[in-house]
Amino acid sequence: MNFYILIKATDWLIMAKITLKKLSHSYLANQNNDADWALRGVDIDWKDGGAYALLGPSGCGKTTLLNIISGLLKPTEGEVLFNDKDVTTLNPVERDIAQIFQFPVIYDTMTVYDNLAFPLKNRGLSDTEIDSKVREIAEMLELTSTLNNRASGLTADGKQKISLGRGLVRSDVNVIMFDEPLTVIDPHLKWVLRSKLKELHQKINRTMIYVTHDQIEALTFADQVVVMHEGQIVQTGSPVELFEKPKHTFVGHFIGSPGMNILPCEIKNGQINFEGKILPTNTSFKKTNFNKTQVGIRPEFINFSNDGIQVKIKRVSDTGRHKVIDTECKSGSIKILASANTEIPTGSTYISFDQKYTFAYGDNWIIE
Amino acid sequence: MNKTFNQKAWYFVIPVFVLVAFNAAVPLMTVVNYSFQETFGSNVFAWEGTRWFKEILHSERFHASLGRQAIFTFIILLIQLPLGIFIALTMPKKGWGVPVCLILMSMPLLIPWNVVGAMWNIFALPDIGFLGNSLNSIGFDYNFTQQSGDAWFTTILMDVWHWTSLVVLLSYAGLNSIQPAYYQAAEIDGASRWDIFRYIELPKMKKVLTLAILLRFMDSFMIYTEPFVLTGGGPGNATNFLSLDLVKMALGQFDLGPAAAMSLIYFLIVLLICWIFYSLMMKDEART
Repeated sequence: MNFYILIKATDWLIMAKITLKKLSHSYLANQNNDADWALRGVDIDWKDGGAYALLGPSGCGKTTLLNIISGLLKPTEGEVLFNDKDVTTLNPVERDIAQIFQFPVIYDTMTVYDNLAFPLKNRGLSDTEIDSKVREIAEMLELTSTLNNRASGLTADGKQKISLGRGLVRSDVNVIMFDEPLTVIDPHLKWVLRSKLKELHQKINRTMIYVTHDQIEALTFADQVVVMHEGQIVQTGSPVELFEKPKHTFVGHFIGSPGMNILPCEIKNGQINFEGKILPTNTSFKKTNFNKTQVGIRPEFINFSNDGIQVKIKRVSDTGRHKVIDTECKSGSIKILASANTEIPTGSTYISFDQKYTFAYGDNWIIE
Repeated sequence: MNKTFNQKAWYFVIPVFVLVAFNAAVPLMTVVNYSFQETFGSNVFAWEGTRWFKEILHSERFHASLGRQAIFTFIILLIQLPLGIFIALTMPKKGWGVPVCLILMSMPLLIPWNVVGAMWNIFALPDIGFLGNSLNSIGFDYNFTQQSGDAWFTTILMDVWHWTSLVVLLSYAGLNSIQPAYYQAAEIDGASRWDIFRYIELPKMKKVLTLAILLRFMDSFMIYTEPFVLTGGGPGNATNFLSLDLVKMALGQFDLGPAAAMSLIYFLIVLLICWIFYSLMMKDEART
């Protein structure tokens, strides 16, 4: 990959800190209950030049949030601040942002060159400036050989590179946003483009926000991942934090493959009572008045032992590097992940949970 | 592999062949037959070779009606396309306005053509028609039955009223198929309204507009019923378009040979122009 181009340091100085305050949005004129809101009370503080991912299933509000940050949507309630300046009422041009969409957006009748030059022309740059910028970005994205072709003749990933280029070509952008940009890209090219994005981020050091429902994409791209569920942020953290200590049962389910085991339990005297046994943990629980209490343990942190919780082995699937073992206890099914050379007992056996990674959840939120 | 050969399925195609023969091939061949011969009725024919074709191609009458026809079609396309696109752009994209607009737009298309002619005839009558009377009362000397300029004006107005909706509906469908992301990207790129039209909407409407142009070209080039009822080709020959002239020659004067030759030339002109236009518009598609 060609990253030998020197980028003038001054070009990339403008960056932005992004703050979202109590952001709520509804597509309806009147809101009666929680379900009428696409976003509910979102608070975010994002530093300059970070790589962030918004992760969540379809319909969780992540695209809504992105469109509010870019200025395509005005939030029903709350504020958007760039560098502590209120930009809530500004349009995308005034906010100086770039956004790359799920489907490649190109101007069919223009050449690749004109596509890349278009945002610069609209901002009144001189022809020589435009030319040097366009060639620089084309080089970076390996589009130089196609510069004079009609953009409509390119393949899907070529087109998406143009969309990307139109965002990167501007040196004035505060933040670059990606809305599931790799959806239409072939799997083997996904990998290439993803590492290219990561590399670009390290090179130009600009704030980037990446929206996706694919945990691998989010975890490989971002330093900080924001997990969204039903219009709310359920957890913000590094990929490791999300994996090791999910703050909400949804994060446990959604991240990891297979997801966290979450089973009903009782909390008595600050301890977890599960299947008639007390589960040791690293925390003692003070608040215990919940409608529903559950215990969560990732399949990676369960071991076979001589005593503990009695389970029945149902099925063993070998994925090559791991074995996924489906077991059943009185409270429900438990999945266990073991390395490929582990010897799996048959029939009835006992398992124990690693106490460092055993958490209790009250009404789906972690109890601490 | 064992494959049974059974060609009996071809029999199923026979009804189609018979139907096509009777409603297309046989009438067309009859016309071809007439165009090379002279007939005096009673099934008596005399071979004339290419005489009628030469006569028609050199006839001033044919040149005049072809010219009128070309000008008419040109004006129609020039008005209806931009107007249709403009109306489609201003139509609402959601809410109760959508069905209201769509129904209003489809109304003219649902009216039988001779009724359109009759409606406009009455509407434009200088003494009792609303349009004619109004124009005269505000000081215009308007009479479409006697002044050729007024006859053209009325015919064109009638056709614009009748057929612009088709362009509107096609353009509207084309516009609606554009993903919102295109508009959002354009907004972020700082594109002007004109840029959005020029670089997004127009290219995305290309296919439906090609269809609209082809349909409007063919229909207006072969227009018959409406001007027949409205002006009958008059005053004089002012609005005597190709098909009106053809019918006058065939049924009015009973010159079947020349009329047959004329219809073949007419047919070939329509076919040729459509083919040239279509290949030009689709040249880019094939390449990309």
